Amino acid sequence: MTRKSIFPFLAFLVVVGFLAVGLQRDPSLVPSPFIGKPAPAFSLPDLLDNSRTVRNGDFRGEVWIFNVWASWCAACRDEHPLFHQLAALNLVPIVGLNYKDKAADARAWLDALGNPYTVVVTDESGDTGVDYGVYGVPETFVVDREGIVRLKHIGPLNAHSMQSEIIPLVKSLLL
Amino acid sequence: MSKFPAFASLMLGLFMTVHSFALDAPKEFANPEQERLYGQVIRELRCLVCQNQNLADSNADLAQDLRRKSYEMIVSGKGYDEIIHFMVQRYGDFVLYRPRLKPATLILWFAPFAMLVLLVTVVVARTRSQKARHPVPLSHSEKLRVDKLLK
Repeated sequence: MTRKSIFPFLAFLVVVGFLAVGLQRDPSLVPSPFIGKPAPAFSLPDLLDNSRTVRNGDFRGEVWIFNVWASWCAACRDEHPLFHQLAALNLVPIVGLNYKDKAADARAWLDALGNPYTVVVTDESGDTGVDYGVYGVPETFVVDREGIVRLKHIGPLNAHSMQSEIIPLVKSLLL
Repeated sequence: MSKFPAFASLMLGLFMTVHSFALDAPKEFANPEQERLYGQVIRELRCLVCQNQNLADSNADLAQDLRRKSYEMIVSGKGYDEIIHFMVQRYGDFVLYRPRLKPATLILWFAPFAMLVLLVTVVVARTRSQKARHPVPLSHSEKLRVDKLLK
């Protein structure tokens, strides 16, 4: 190889390097600024008992899972059986955030598909969703005993992410 | 004449995409300064659902909510920095269409200028090296031959 022809080749390698990294990333996954930070505060009515107010502070000292869902969200239906499985393990409280939904629709949805949640809070305005940076329902957060967000999963969980991400993390936080 | 409805609907369509935020409930501001700030903020913030649109252009539910949030903050007297901070805290730097200058974005901000400098350097170096190769002057006999051939 002559000296002159090495420069286009080097430039080519640089481009290949950038593409090799860049093309394997999913641009729809926005890095979450919440990991390692305290879970944003909320104080919302219980979906099944409107007279009761639930706060994030109620779970202080516990590891808990926060799942954002809505009856209008098709992917929430897909991941719903996984929450039944998780609830059956009886590891941690599963808190549902019913996001921008009508209470009657949400209750009907739970009646039809079963209710794996320890408690479901309603966020009709979507303000709590905004505080949690929600942009792609369903989303799932894992919060530790100190109230720090340890994981944010955007989009529906599948059997693999439940078994390899959520459950091992929850178990390690419980130790 | 038959072309007119198609043209009109095309124009209407273009108009509506640009002004989708006009579909929101009308917003009232205390002063023109607030209104200008609102326009600036919703143009600089990205809609997380339809990632290639800003809040001003997007019709997504989330964009409506974030426009409402921006409006509420402005009306309650919050400034540009506070609104940007509020959004970045929740959605990360990705929400900004105008990336901030920090170590992770140095390449983003300065690579174009670095490339320009590199290009200019290469071009200057090449022209110089070409100039450096002085042509050997023709000898007297060669000049005569050239003149003869050109006649």
